[in-house]
Amino acid sequence: MAAKENTAKKARAEAGPNEPVEAIAFDRIIHERLRLAIVSALAVNASLSFSDLKRILKTTDGNLSVHTRKLEDAGYIACKKRFEGRVPKTEFQLTAQGRKALEKHLSHMEALIRRVREG
Amino acid sequence: MQLHAHAMDNLRFIRETMERSTSFTAFPGWGTVAMGAVAFAGAGTSAVMGTPGHWLVAWLSTALIAAGIGVVTMILKARRIDESIFAGPARRFALGMVPTLTCGLALTVVFAPLNLHTLMPPMWLLLYGAAVMAGGAFSVRILPVMGACFMVLGIAAFATPAPWGNAWMAAGFGGLNVLFGLIIARKHGG
Repeated sequence: MAAKENTAKKARAEAGPNEPVEAIAFDRIIHERLRLAIVSALAVNASLSFSDLKRILKTTDGNLSVHTRKLEDAGYIACKKRFEGRVPKTEFQLTAQGRKALEKHLSHMEALIRRVREG
Repeated sequence: MQLHAHAMDNLRFIRETMERSTSFTAFPGWGTVAMGAVAFAGAGTSAVMGTPGHWLVAWLSTALIAAGIGVVTMILKARRIDESIFAGPARRFALGMVPTLTCGLALTVVFAPLNLHTLMPPMWLLLYGAAVMAGGAFSVRILPVMGACFMVLGIAAFATPAPWGNAWMAAGFGGLNVLFGLIIARKHGG
């Protein structure tokens, strides 16, 4: 909560005193680049495996594990583990909460751009 | 203003990630060029065939060789760029192409005994174009354009005298494949 307020303060400082807070208080969970990419990729695919995500996002196993775990803890993605023969497969899906968070993030970005364009 | 630029960059990043995660990018540019070269050879060979039956065999052999080249070069490119040919985007690309190609094969089998060989070049160009357009919706952006060009040639082939069929085939399966293959190779990594 405190971290979220810090982000809002930082964003407000960048945007100037006239920017409304609701447009610049980003969701820290989804705002991080790789986590945003994971959520974006899952938003247009019913599910993606760990190796699919690794290939699409061109990242390392460790990095991907850390960020998928954070998204899972936040309830934005769901993880299912299964076996294909003897090979373990991890599949990720975007949850309703995750989709809502992405939509909110997109709305924030669009609102910001619109406001600058309108002067 | 900084935030505005950041927001624009963020939206672009989201769009690009979404596109990348749904597109099959292992479509082989150089493989398509090779397929075009094979088609030029096929057009030359079929042009000197004495009977419609031999003409058909020449084109079917050409198609078989070109398809083999396409599949092999696609697998090689997919391996090189570390893209699965069994994952979602590749599956959607294949599923987009297969129905129309199957129609083409079925109509060829029906037309051959009826001696309707003159209808085959426009039909092949049209259906191949439709298949590339459908599959291309899940692949690199230029593929639907390539498919549309094939369809235009197919329509032109229907509208012109039947003996021009072989020339339209050379222009389509040879010319268009070489042209778009070069563009894909240059813009999409081989």
